[in-house]
Amino acid sequence: MAGEKDDLESIAARREEWEEKECRESFGRIPARLPRFSTVSDMEVKALATPADVPNMDYERDLGFPGCYPYTRGAQASMYRGRLWTMRQFAGFGTARDTNGRYKYLLSQGQTGLSVAFHYPTLMGYDSDHPRARGEVGKCGVAIDSLADMEVLFDGIPFDKVTTSMTINGPAAILLAMYIAVAEKQGIGQDAIGGTIQNDILKEYIAQKSWIFPPRPSMRLIVDTIAYCTEHVPRWNTISVSGYHIREAGSTAVQELAFTLADGIGYVQAAADAGLDVDAFAPRLSFFFNAHVDFFEEVAKYRAARRIWARVMKERFGAKRPDSLRLRFHTQTAGCTLTAQQPMNNVVRTTIEALAAVMGGTQSLHTNSMDETLALPSEQAVTVALRTQQIIAEESGVPNTMDPLGGSFFVEWLTGRMEADALEYIRKIDDMGGIIPAVEQGYPQREIADAAYHYQQQLEKAEKVVVGVNKYVMEGKIDIPILKIGEEVEAEQRRRLAALRAGRDGAEAARCLEAVERAARGTENMMPYFIRAVKAYCTLGEIIGVLRRVFGEYKDPGMF
Amino acid sequence: MSSTRKLRILVAKPGLDGHDRGAKIVARALRDAGFEVIYTGLHQTPEMIAAAAIQEDVDAVGMSIMSGAHMVLMPAVVDLLRARGGEGIAVFGGGIIPDDDMEALRAKGVKGLFTPGTPLAEIVDWINANVTPRQ
Repeated sequence: MAGEKDDLESIAARREEWEEKECRESFGRIPARLPRFSTVSDMEVKALATPADVPNMDYERDLGFPGCYPYTRGAQASMYRGRLWTMRQFAGFGTARDTNGRYKYLLSQGQTGLSVAFHYPTLMGYDSDHPRARGEVGKCGVAIDSLADMEVLFDGIPFDKVTTSMTINGPAAILLAMYIAVAEKQGIGQDAIGGTIQNDILKEYIAQKSWIFPPRPSMRLIVDTIAYCTEHVPRWNTISVSGYHIREAGSTAVQELAFTLADGIGYVQAAADAGLDVDAFAPRLSFFFNAHVDFFEEVAKYRAARRIWARVMKERFGAKRPDSLRLRFHTQTAGCTLTAQQPMNNVVRTTIEALAAVMGGTQSLHTNSMDETLALPSEQAVTVALRTQQIIAEESGVPNTMDPLGGSFFVEWLTGRMEADALEYIRKIDDMGGIIPAVEQGYPQREIADAAYHYQQQLEKAEKVVVGVNKYVMEGKIDIPILKIGEEVEAEQRRRLAALRAGRDGAEAARCLEAVERAARGTENMMPYFIRAVKAYCTLGEIIGVLRRVFGEYKDPGMF
Repeated sequence: MSSTRKLRILVAKPGLDGHDRGAKIVARALRDAGFEVIYTGLHQTPEMIAAAAIQEDVDAVGMSIMSGAHMVLMPAVVDLLRARGGEGIAVFGGGIIPDDDMEALRAKGVKGLFTPGTPLAEIVDWINANVTPRQ
């Protein structure tokens, strides 16, 4: 750690001497393997870090203690000695009934939370019988068209014991309304349910690209969910500000960090502008990061994220409650690091990535299955992925000590460097007028596309290695069993929708949709209208259809 | 038209799938390899893609699908191209496509298929070997 000034000068001087003498001699005999050593994000790293590389670090100011400002060393004082991270495998395929079976299996195997993967039509606000849904039904996630499907999805799953995360953005408010309605049928009030909606539309424009409406009406829906939950659903995480997809789209680690926090700043600003008290809603904002394969870069990223967010919330927004300042996050191992070639190697990659997430202090974790470059996970593959977490949790000893890499000269140097680089990006975005204008100008999108192309070129030149892809390549394919979703799911959903429309009170459904339209044209909070509409079995596509008419649609500018 | 003119390639994203990292990288790589490239952007229906291919008078259409909808959407584009006088347009694709599906897609007219990890040079070579300027 940073010592006295004289000590640091003497260490720096000795280091120079070491490079001139011992290093020169050693590398004279054994030349360096590479002309340049850099992270997977192509940030050059030092051969050795010493106290002289973190000269200005102040322990109490910059690191502190877990559960204490600026939270660099962890979000809670108890960390994993109290409760392990939530093991939450993202799952969804076929019909609600298919996925309900998978959830019950995962819970029976020791999983501790649910995470819903919706199929593309739900993500984009179309019912399964819409022409744009053809070929997509149940393929990339579970088909949910209405409350009737949600009732089947969570059949036999107690909402007072299990928390649920839903990866849903454009239609997030409506899926939350359905969840509240299912809870009510289980006899559980909305004040008692716990979970998360992703509800992070900014990263959709930036990276994940499952948008519906233009940015400004989308932000209104988000502020409505924040306001509603703050008052009525206090245990609900209203936004999961997500870097995961930014990274998957090809960003560097610093870009993931910077754009995610810039999105977070955008939401806090929007809610504050709407007159909400920052300390009332900020504690329910959560984050979602990627765990890529470059181990130390990832650990440093999580630590830098907590430190930056604590300072931003305190200094920029004047937040006072500790819960407003402390960044909590879910992590998913990086899908983009998995390879179709030699798929069993993916288990090893995922283990390294999961370990980085745990060393970085994640609150919840999804580990990818080895077969995810080929299809949705098979039961066998998802079991290995869950066991990976359980082995880290209960065999490795890693969770026994908080922030075990804190104080490593290299990790502290890297944490500080990533923080500084991310703050530089955030400054640029502020200069553009904030994240919404930056997104409208395509700034983060271009930065990410450039980084993705740069990395691809490094792969082509073998400057970066992916085992089994551009080095240690094997002839022939290694087969593993994969899950297939048949076209019969689409037919089944069409039948269910036809029965639903025939069986419901059509007049009440029409009244509810009219009320949604009126509310959308006005300024009221839309959540109560969505709750009433889903209870009347209006479909997701019908409700979103009304909103499309009022708000318009966002179109891809198609840059490359 | 001269047979030495640049090949025109339409890179397309059919369906609701938002994963455009691959499509955009391939679009850039094809442009860097000297082709004229048009990118449709996301969320295109097969009808929109076929219409763009005919209107832009392209020599080939490359589609990227990561969502599992390839068995429906890729052949739909092939059929629409044939129906609208674009039977000479070469069709290729990429994405998360299981082996079993590849044979079926080739039989339906999606001639080149590239899965994750394919070197960009392989796609360029395939185009040079299999696509000729339409007369």
